Amino acid sequence: MNARTLPLLATLAIFLVAYAVCYAQFPAMLSTRVIGNLLTDNAFLGIVAVGMTFVILSGGIDLSVGSVIAFSGVFIAVLLRDTGLHPLIVFAVLLVVTTAFGAAMGAIIHGLEMPPFIVTLAGMFLARGMAYVFSIDSVPITHEFYDTLQDLYWLMPGKGRLTLIGGTMLVVFLAGIVVAHWTRFGTNVYALGGGAQTAHLMGVPVGRTTIAIYALSGFLAGLSGIVFSIYTSAGYSLATVGVELDAIAAVVIGGTLLTGGSGFVAGTLIGVLIMGLIQTYIIFDGTLSSWWTKILIGVLLFAFIALQKGLVWLTSRERRSPAGAR
Amino acid sequence: MSAAGHLLRRIAPQLVTLAATLLLIAIVFPGFFEISIANGRLYGSPIDILNRGAPVALLAIGMTLVIATKGIDLSVGAVMAICGAVAAAAITSGMGLVATLALALGAGLACGLWNGLLVSVLGIQPIVATLILMVAGRGIAQLITEGAILTFSNEGLIFIGSGAFFSVPMPVLIWVLAGALVALVVRRSALGMLIEAIGINRRASTLAGINARVLLIAVYMASGLCAALAGIIAAADIRGADANNAGLWLELDAILAVVIGGTSLLGGRFSILASLIGAMIIQAVNTGILLSGFPPEYNLIIKAAIILVILVMQSPAVRTTLIFLRRDKTSSQSETEPVVQ
Amino acid sequence: MTESQPLLSARAVTKVFPGTVALDKVDFTLHAGEVHALLGENGAGKSTLIKCLTGAYRRDSGEIVLDGRAIDPRNTLEAQSFGIGTVYQEVNLLPNLSVAENLYLGHQPTRWGLITGAAMKAGARRTLSQYGLDIDVSRNLEEFSVAVQQVVAIARAVSLSGKVLILDEPTASLDAQEVRLLFDVVRSLKERGLGIVFISHFLDQVFEISDRITVLRNGRLVGTQMAAELDRVNLVNMMLGRELVEETRQSGRTERPDGPPLIRFSNFGRAGKIAPFDLDIRKGEVIGVAGLLGSGRTETAEVLFGVSAHDSGSAVEGEETLPLGTPRNAIAHGFGFCPEDRKSDGIIGDLSVRENIVLALQARLGWTRPVPAREQAAMAEEFIGRLDIRTPNAEKPVGQLSGGNQQKVILARWLATNPRFLILDEPTRGIDVGAHAEIIRLIEELCEQGMALLVISSELDELVAYSHRVIVVRDRHHVAELAGEDITTDNMVAAIAAPEREDA
Repeated sequence: MNARTLPLLATLAIFLVAYAVCYAQFPAMLSTRVIGNLLTDNAFLGIVAVGMTFVILSGGIDLSVGSVIAFSGVFIAVLLRDTGLHPLIVFAVLLVVTTAFGAAMGAIIHGLEMPPFIVTLAGMFLARGMAYVFSIDSVPITHEFYDTLQDLYWLMPGKGRLTLIGGTMLVVFLAGIVVAHWTRFGTNVYALGGGAQTAHLMGVPVGRTTIAIYALSGFLAGLSGIVFSIYTSAGYSLATVGVELDAIAAVVIGGTLLTGGSGFVAGTLIGVLIMGLIQTYIIFDGTLSSWWTKILIGVLLFAFIALQKGLVWLTSRERRSPAGAR
Repeated sequence: MSAAGHLLRRIAPQLVTLAATLLLIAIVFPGFFEISIANGRLYGSPIDILNRGAPVALLAIGMTLVIATKGIDLSVGAVMAICGAVAAAAITSGMGLVATLALALGAGLACGLWNGLLVSVLGIQPIVATLILMVAGRGIAQLITEGAILTFSNEGLIFIGSGAFFSVPMPVLIWVLAGALVALVVRRSALGMLIEAIGINRRASTLAGINARVLLIAVYMASGLCAALAGIIAAADIRGADANNAGLWLELDAILAVVIGGTSLLGGRFSILASLIGAMIIQAVNTGILLSGFPPEYNLIIKAAIILVILVMQSPAVRTTLIFLRRDKTSSQSETEPVVQ
Repeated sequence: MTESQPLLSARAVTKVFPGTVALDKVDFTLHAGEVHALLGENGAGKSTLIKCLTGAYRRDSGEIVLDGRAIDPRNTLEAQSFGIGTVYQEVNLLPNLSVAENLYLGHQPTRWGLITGAAMKAGARRTLSQYGLDIDVSRNLEEFSVAVQQVVAIARAVSLSGKVLILDEPTASLDAQEVRLLFDVVRSLKERGLGIVFISHFLDQVFEISDRITVLRNGRLVGTQMAAELDRVNLVNMMLGRELVEETRQSGRTERPDGPPLIRFSNFGRAGKIAPFDLDIRKGEVIGVAGLLGSGRTETAEVLFGVSAHDSGSAVEGEETLPLGTPRNAIAHGFGFCPEDRKSDGIIGDLSVRENIVLALQARLGWTRPVPAREQAAMAEEFIGRLDIRTPNAEKPVGQLSGGNQQKVILARWLATNPRFLILDEPTRGIDVGAHAEIIRLIEELCEQGMALLVISSELDELVAYSHRVIVVRDRHHVAELAGEDITTDNMVAAIAAPEREDA
């Protein structure tokens, strides 16, 4: 038994069992149409959850992402309305802003030695506040380029549509997996989660890595904001409230340890899909109420936290027993 | 005398901040401090601050105790929703007022017990443990109200939200009494010291014979109880339980109130009075912005700025630098501890 | 030694912390191809010396020469780049990374910016095979035994530094077979010409592996000798032997109080901590516990007080069996315990002197029965006077006092509960001479008042001065009990230094 992959396998098993249950009741749920919608509807959550995975792997947390997504939407919508800039230029400017915003939070966390929780809480307030400064009302996006983007899709066999934003999410996950497992930065993220002090002693540039992690999270929150604006064709400062909680939940249900150092980006994708699946099931069923989503996610959260606590307890007991037998 | 002086020095920064905020508002709106009595109830902006600030003030009482133990309780907003829903469901199903209140408070205690068990017995980090109920709690509340806003017309319950007692609005009375009661219990009994001790050094406290496990559970239960009171007030105020919006994001305001009150997120020394003043500062800012005609959402930027300032003041890194600067000046006379690690 | 020039030499290295001189003009030399043991009790200065060599501390004066070049490492990474690598007892690697990642962290082979996992794993396997280790390097480090983790840590340190290897108590949590594995590695490195500094408190291991031995005590160099020319008794004498020449008493106190035992511990112990032992304590008796660091002396105290619950035996008072097993239970039956590590286990740093003093009494009374403020103040004043605690006032946070005064505050905390049985673990460590004498006087005074005490100390003369009986602990067993005239430093040294216990 490998303690590292067990939570991931558990996530996968839950997803497969859940899908099987859904399929047994509603055979239509196996269609590529449903799968395509699942990817499209959860694209913005998935993208931001990749960033959250890195943050949590390093032992931190980022509460600001929901607000940053809303800010991005409003920023794009207002700029497109008030200036003649092409959306691609606006996207670039936005990504620079949100990346810098994340980097600043990382710098404060490292420089002031303060808990990420409270620093990103300030970031959450600030980003949401800035969104209000741009516009309090929902601003529709009518640029023709957006119509082009929305019409981009790949028709899967079975008439399901893999939309641009669904595909973007998959690409982001792929990139996230590569960065996490095949770059020095990725290893450094795991190292920070394993113990910042030890990592420092082993030569990991702790400050630089911390800043880069939150910058990455900010970048992906910005990208998620772009995706969300394509999804809704609008920017609204009251949108995506609480998305940071959904992202954290997806990461944990995906098998990543909330205390950091252990987990997989791929697991987060399954976590997002499980959460999407619960919602899809409730829509298919029609009689179940939406609040069951929250309760089920809470139950899953507890199950995974308890599972990981149990694993830690087991491994530490295993390691202690030979000394005890001496 | 000296104890009073001590307390005054402790809460001075908060008092000054509150006074400055109020003055600033009063300069812009000269009629700000006007208070009138109508229909046997006090009216006026200051009263409004006290009244609107009731939920955050109540949450801050419990949150202060939790944070003093080096913990945090993210679930209080969701617990508010649950308890409001329980109260509404109980009263509409024909239960008496006393039974309804008992049931709602009991629900709060049960939520606190759950959090406490996760933190104290299973040893799960507080932020993780209370996240579970934060996510699931609102679902549970919606389950109770069945998704709709569950309205009620019981005069007794409504009185708690909008009634007045000797002209003082009930919510104000409740949070002031609760704050005074908890502060008194904590400081007149040994609880305060024991809570601070486990927040500063849990291992040494256990070795000195403190029952940290039970204390931790008790502290989370206190937080649950405070959330229940806040939830009842919030529901009574709008004469219905809104599972979606009751207490939404108030956990963050409560944490902010405690932090403004000068209690460190790293646990230890706490002051309930200072946290309550912190809650009032937050509400004063809210009211001020509302009066000034800005959209209420702008105060988020002010909150962010407040957190930043506090972060810099509380930062261990900044503190060490300050201590070093100070020590350089007075190094000849100060007797300092050896920093052997 | 025939080599003229040592690989590493430290001359007159001094390090002062506020209140204490941690290292006082210590000399130390290390030759290539040598295993040099560094010995001493806690607070002797070995870890301070190591930290000065590896750059974790900046020394205050003295010079360090490596390969003929004066060096002044500012941090451990710089020391590593000079060639000095360190492996600590608590393995300083990352348990959640794979073995290969731990070996290569910061130096992973990459192609086009991506880590080439195959090359890294192959390299890791090759490196570890030099150490006789054939393991799956893609598995997490935490899945392997501590011994394997140690070897991985050594392999990393050697590959990154390559001249000097410092092993800081690497064997503390290894079993005999694992120690053998580790020593094979050490010997092969020695043959490769590395200079190795070996820190351990297991004398058998020290004699088995070392070429030379240096002993430190209270921050000063006691001496450096060839291991082959030193016997165990002399070594223990160097570590613990007589220090206070003017001390008059030559053997322990003979007037052991008679009367029935207050509490009788029989077959009391906990697997992995301390083997079951029998112990009677009487009113007005001081029981000394002698033994080297890691021998099981602290574990004895912890099992008695319930810090780790006993899993065998019982404690009987008269006819009644006492339900011990947690600190709370122990305190309820009149026990008190001053732990060795004051900072993490003793003081509540941000609380005031007064609060720290009333804490245990308050915990015993429960939260509903607070000690009245006036009584608290009176109690604090009483103990500040009686124990001569140097503090401007009772409201000063205890974390800001000096070590000796913190120790007195913790003593006061227990005296306030009026205990029947007080356990003191190294009560005089790391405190200045004046406070030292006061604490010894206090121990004698308490014992005259009828309190039973169990005192752990690495100062053997101190034990001679106040003990009625002395228990000698070695290798997690109580191996000898000395009483009355038999309590002499020589007898204790002999019992401590006796060769490894044979399992009967």
